Amino acid sequence: MHKDLDINIKNLSKIEGHTHLDVKVRNKKVVECKLKVSENKRFFRQAILGKNFREVPFIMSRICGTCSSAHLLCSIEAIEKALGLKVTEQTNLLRNLLINAGHLRDHAMHLYFFCLPDLFKKDSVLDFSNEGEEHELIHDGLYVKETGNFLSTVIGGRAVHPFNAVIGGFLNFPSSEEIREAIERLKKSRKKILRLIDLFHNQKEKFERETNFVALVNNDYNFLKGFIKTSKGSLIKEEEYGEHFHRVVLPYSTATAFVWESKEYMVGALARINLNKENLNKNTKKDAESYIKVFPSNNIFYNNLAQSIEMLNEVDNSIDILEKINLKKEKPIEVEIKEGLGIGVIEAPRGTLYYHLELNKYGIVNNIDLCIPTQQNIIHIEKSISEYIEKILDKDKKEISLSVEKLIRAYDPCMSCATHFLKINWV
Amino acid sequence: MKLKIGVFSFTCCEGCVVSFLEALNKKYFDWKEKLEIENIRVLKTQNEIKKLDIAFVEGAISTESELKKLKEIRKKSKKIIAFGSGAINGYPSNLRNNFSKDLKKEIEPLIKKFNQIKKVSPIKKFVKVDDEIEGCPVDENSIIKKLEFYLKQNA
Repeated sequence: MHKDLDINIKNLSKIEGHTHLDVKVRNKKVVECKLKVSENKRFFRQAILGKNFREVPFIMSRICGTCSSAHLLCSIEAIEKALGLKVTEQTNLLRNLLINAGHLRDHAMHLYFFCLPDLFKKDSVLDFSNEGEEHELIHDGLYVKETGNFLSTVIGGRAVHPFNAVIGGFLNFPSSEEIREAIERLKKSRKKILRLIDLFHNQKEKFERETNFVALVNNDYNFLKGFIKTSKGSLIKEEEYGEHFHRVVLPYSTATAFVWESKEYMVGALARINLNKENLNKNTKKDAESYIKVFPSNNIFYNNLAQSIEMLNEVDNSIDILEKINLKKEKPIEVEIKEGLGIGVIEAPRGTLYYHLELNKYGIVNNIDLCIPTQQNIIHIEKSISEYIEKILDKDKKEISLSVEKLIRAYDPCMSCATHFLKINWV
Repeated sequence: MKLKIGVFSFTCCEGCVVSFLEALNKKYFDWKEKLEIENIRVLKTQNEIKKLDIAFVEGAISTESELKKLKEIRKKSKKIIAFGSGAINGYPSNLRNNFSKDLKKEIEPLIKKFNQIKKVSPIKKFVKVDDEIEGCPVDENSIIKKLEFYLKQNA
């Protein structure tokens, strides 16, 4: 058993973006735990001030290459609310397809490519065997990821920074042939995803911690609209979200953090499933019933299981939409420029994403503020690392480091997103 | 001999490395026979920069430590391919180069605190770049086309 121990992990791999971890253990207690996000600041907030509202979605989606669809759709929601613009039902359905496709790609990348090596005790999928289970799983992963990519491309124009989704609607529409193909690919990926769910259900890692989970909930498990619910029982309107969290500066990190009513909390797939599992798609519930029943859970490692179940749900929800959609070639709704404040709240792959946007009467951005999923999880991650390490001090140092890496990866943090800007006046 | 490549991310959204992963959807098993991916932080633990035939570089340069790393990559790589607008022309991280006086003043303490360079620059400002793939992000098919071209040369 270690009494004193220092852990320093540089450039943590298999996550989005750059970060280091420093942990100091003295007398069997963690006395310091710093997740030092080292992603370079790109000052998106300042870059967007003074810009015309039409430029906002294009620039903001560049915050993150992984979840660009989420930034795109959340900024569009904020702008449309600021301008009082109501879009058609068809636009809502297409946006749901686009965000489902984005989540599917993103979760598949995280689970198959970042997390699977941990399960098979290898450093990288690149080291996976050319035969047997490992080989089949890579096949599965590439197929599922490509399915999300295909759906993103036919709906949004491309998978990363899609350009078809704009303020007021869509510029292009998939052909009926593309819709048929998307349905076929989605159906083929179901069996592969069920195998993935089983793998993450059987993984042995366990770390439970009493947690206040926060997520956007609704009656069809969509990612775009609803109420914000917490484990403590609050139900809050999207517009009031910002009244409940506030920013905390971590002096050693290029990312800021958030607390919910002054306390740490957690957002993401585990939060969504814990708070809204009864509204999963009926086909998902039917085929994944035995896995869904482990929730609600405080086991952080089950965030990955929750993500895999969500993948099935994204597939099933998308199939339902594609099978009933009767596409018309609608033009995006015309915008009437006026002064206004718009709040956009959606569920990005890693959790609740919040945009606060103010436009002046010329449609120029006067103010913008964002709250990013990874920023909301940072303090929770640091506290989990501290508690977890104290529980596993009897392992050797290398094993402890690896276990901590796995725990961090379970949260699926995204440092590119977390570092989009720091609130000024913090010095 | 397998072609040795690395993929590196500087200041950016990492959309181009995501496109690289999307390219793998179609080419993974084919390339596994012909390519050795020596450095790629999103897929494997990163200890040191290896000797490479081709380094793919995304993102702009905004700190001294990035500059140092870029120069090391140059030293160890036969070719550098800048992929995506960040590496090629600095956008969108370079928006801060043209901020108003007030905004520049606002971000100044942060620039200092995190040792960022005054101006964000494309990589060609500091090292020789052998080839480029344009896009924001680059399209996965352009990556496939370019890599297939170099694989043919290597065959």
